[in-house]
Amino acid sequence: MLELIDIHKSYEALPLLRGISFTVATGETVCLLGPSGSGKSTLLRIIAGLETCEKGQVCWEGEDLAAVPPHRRGFGLVFQDYALFPHLTVRENVTFGLRMQKMPVAQIDLRTTEILEMVDLTGFEDRRVTDLSGGEQQRVALARALAPNPRLLMFDEPLGALDRNLRDQLLNDLRRILHESGVPAIYVTHDQEEAFTLADRLLLLHDGCIVRSGTPEQVWGDPGTLWVAKFLDAGNIVPGIIRSDHPPYQVETAAGVLELDCTGEGVRDRREHAHLKGETVHLLVSRYGARREAHGTLSALVEDVTFHQDGFKVKLDCGLIFYFPDAPQVGEKLTLTIPRSAVKCLV
Amino acid sequence: MFKPVPRSDSPMRNRTSLPAWVKPVLPWLGVSLFMGAFFFYPIAHILWMGLNPASITSIDRSSVNLAIRSLLTSFYQAGLSTLLTLALGLPTAFLFSHYAFKGKLFLRALTAIPFMLPTVVVAAGFNALLGPRGWVNLGLMDLFHLQNAPITFVGTFGAILMAHVFYNTTIVIRLVGNTLSRLDPRTEQAAQTLGSNPWQVLRHVTLPLLRPSILAASLLVFIFDFTSFGVILLLGKPGFSTLEVEIYRQAIQMFNLPLAGLLSLIQLLCTLVFSILYSRILRRDPVTSAPRSAQENIRKAQTVLQKIILSVLVVFLLAFFLLPLISLPVRSITRLEADRGARDQVRTGFTGDYYSELFINRRESLFYVPPFTAIAISTGYAALTVLLSLLIGFPVASALARPGRMERLLDPLLMLPLGASAVTLGLGFIVSFNRPPLALVNSPFLAPLAHTLIALPFVIRSLQPALASIPDPLRQAAAALGASPVRVWAAVDWPIVGRATLSAGVFAFTISLGEFGASSLVVRPEYPTMPIAIARFLSQPGGMNYGQAMAMATILMLVCGLGILLIERLRLPGTGEF
Repeated sequence: MLELIDIHKSYEALPLLRGISFTVATGETVCLLGPSGSGKSTLLRIIAGLETCEKGQVCWEGEDLAAVPPHRRGFGLVFQDYALFPHLTVRENVTFGLRMQKMPVAQIDLRTTEILEMVDLTGFEDRRVTDLSGGEQQRVALARALAPNPRLLMFDEPLGALDRNLRDQLLNDLRRILHESGVPAIYVTHDQEEAFTLADRLLLLHDGCIVRSGTPEQVWGDPGTLWVAKFLDAGNIVPGIIRSDHPPYQVETAAGVLELDCTGEGVRDRREHAHLKGETVHLLVSRYGARREAHGTLSALVEDVTFHQDGFKVKLDCGLIFYFPDAPQVGEKLTLTIPRSAVKCLV
Repeated sequence: MFKPVPRSDSPMRNRTSLPAWVKPVLPWLGVSLFMGAFFFYPIAHILWMGLNPASITSIDRSSVNLAIRSLLTSFYQAGLSTLLTLALGLPTAFLFSHYAFKGKLFLRALTAIPFMLPTVVVAAGFNALLGPRGWVNLGLMDLFHLQNAPITFVGTFGAILMAHVFYNTTIVIRLVGNTLSRLDPRTEQAAQTLGSNPWQVLRHVTLPLLRPSILAASLLVFIFDFTSFGVILLLGKPGFSTLEVEIYRQAIQMFNLPLAGLLSLIQLLCTLVFSILYSRILRRDPVTSAPRSAQENIRKAQTVLQKIILSVLVVFLLAFFLLPLISLPVRSITRLEADRGARDQVRTGFTGDYYSELFINRRESLFYVPPFTAIAISTGYAALTVLLSLLIGFPVASALARPGRMERLLDPLLMLPLGASAVTLGLGFIVSFNRPPLALVNSPFLAPLAHTLIALPFVIRSLQPALASIPDPLRQAAAALGASPVRVWAAVDWPIVGRATLSAGVFAFTISLGEFGASSLVVRPEYPTMPIAIARFLSQPGGMNYGQAMAMATILMLVCGLGILLIERLRLPGTGEF
């Protein structure tokens, strides 16, 4: 089990990481999601031992790794742009770690065959890595990191440079391979789709702190803060004023009055969920939550309709966006009901 | 409204123009004539001299032994020099490409200066520092009241090696340093995460990635050391002779031209083989890693050990490259010995005597003319060289900037003079031009012709990229905006071409000023150039001769230094590597 305790790091005198703590359990895939420049890569490099932190500890099975150099940690790292050895063939790249371990040749061959099969690169053994396509290079990088049986596997935006189709395909392969191998993994990305696909657990990094953690559905369903909701683009964000004393609160917004129920399980403590009359809040309204009903509480004109995958994305004149299975007419007046379950409050 | 524009293929135009095949040949006319007469003909002459039946039968056992001995000496000293150059160059390349420290730009420029300096200046510099009348020896003598110089440096094998390292370290720094600074640091980090300790990272990743550039740098350094002449003649011990020195000795001192021809032949073959090897290394598929910004690799020394190693290296580099360069000019204005005929009264202090003496034609002078005349002669030769090499080089460089089949075919031939050693060229000149139609040996024009030949490849190579860099769309844009062809040329071509021409001209000028190898064979005693005069002063006894050598070498150094500075200023970004 990997455990990070209160990691601090600054870059050019500015704090980059301000007290990061989390654990990665055996067989778990943790995704670190955050905008570029949030220090995700630096955190990985600290775990790998390629950089030092100013404060805090990196522990493996309870042992502090501060004095352990990178080559003794047994952590695999897949770099952005892969960092393959350009002077070596695919086989030589993949077997590099095994040769460093002085593994017997027969065993190396066996392992190479196995790994190349796993990443679907059988037959590429003697190709030069500089002749491979981006996706193939990515697979070599993965195979190279996997081959020496690392105790932990880390990925630094590994799919950033690839086009969408290839990314989807590799993402699925990666999911399968991580499952098969059972290696605990930390996956760093700024792309929530990648994170949602791979993560057992999601950590959101912002301003050097972990601002939200949980399973993908927990995080998506209740982002908790305005920043997370905006970063994930999790729904309509609507400012409003509380107009009642007890839940369900009546919240007055530009679009109309919405009901907010802060009694369910939320991110924050129940006590904080109590609102005061007159308080300004930000609401997160799910884009899938609106129902078209004749006696709805919200009414608005349709401003724009675009086809979106299985349905239609409808923009209303009050600024809200909802997805509907059927397309209304532009200029049509809609009356909508927003159930309480589709409304969350943000801080 | 519609006015027919005359087209180049209209019959009217065709009648007056030259046949179609003439146009591509035209720019090559001058250079072909020139190189034919002054390169291929003399080289052919040497080949014939070494290979004709009469000379082959005249070769006896002792000349074969001599040839083998000097060949081995050449290999030995060049090999050892190259190893030492690598030993200093590799750590320095690493230092420059990986560490940020104060004065780095200065140190980088400093290490590059010697490569452009004339050999006589370097020899004089080391002489001023470590020679029998140099700072170190005189200082030690004064300190410990010694009668003789305690350190023997000039005339040793070590002096040759040291001067070669001084000269060529910059090649290693540039070639290997370039690759080093572009290495993706994450390649090495990937190896670390895969279980490589620092030593294994170096062995399995860094060195293999550097190998092509280390090989190229080593071979280039080896070629320069192998063909080195001035350094060995001026700093080596009298009996020490490499091929290059032996050619000179056989031709000038022994008047054994057939043997000199044979040695030249061996020298030519060797440099040909090395050049082929070098171009093959360059052509070999370079390992391409993702292009990185060089800045990414730069870090500051962190641990105490790193700081100590860095400081020691920086101080050593400063001392090694700065001391010879400073010793020379300071020595040229400092009196450190007794006057003529007053052995005991050592006078020390600043003096301008060494300079004023340059203007006086003493009866016992080494020259028929005041030494100062050498400066005038050198300047004249250099001006002629600039004129000739630009006249011949410009059309060729323009043609090469838009290469056709002809250009690709002839391009490598232009670079051939680079491979032939200067002494071989000089020998070719004196054996080829001693009778009509080109009886030039007794004329003062042989030297500038030789200099032009040596400068020509550099002139072409500095003009060509500039001329090629002018994009046609720029011209078309200017024309579309209403500029006449003349104005297009003035607005688009001239600013770039003018700069490149000036730079090429300065290049030719400094090459001619400092040229020593060919000059030592073709220069007439009554028309000495500066390097020849300096070499003669250095070989003569007496404090005044020594001082004059220092004075003249200082003048030469300053002029060449100014030239280097100008060329650097005029250099287009991204051009001018080896």
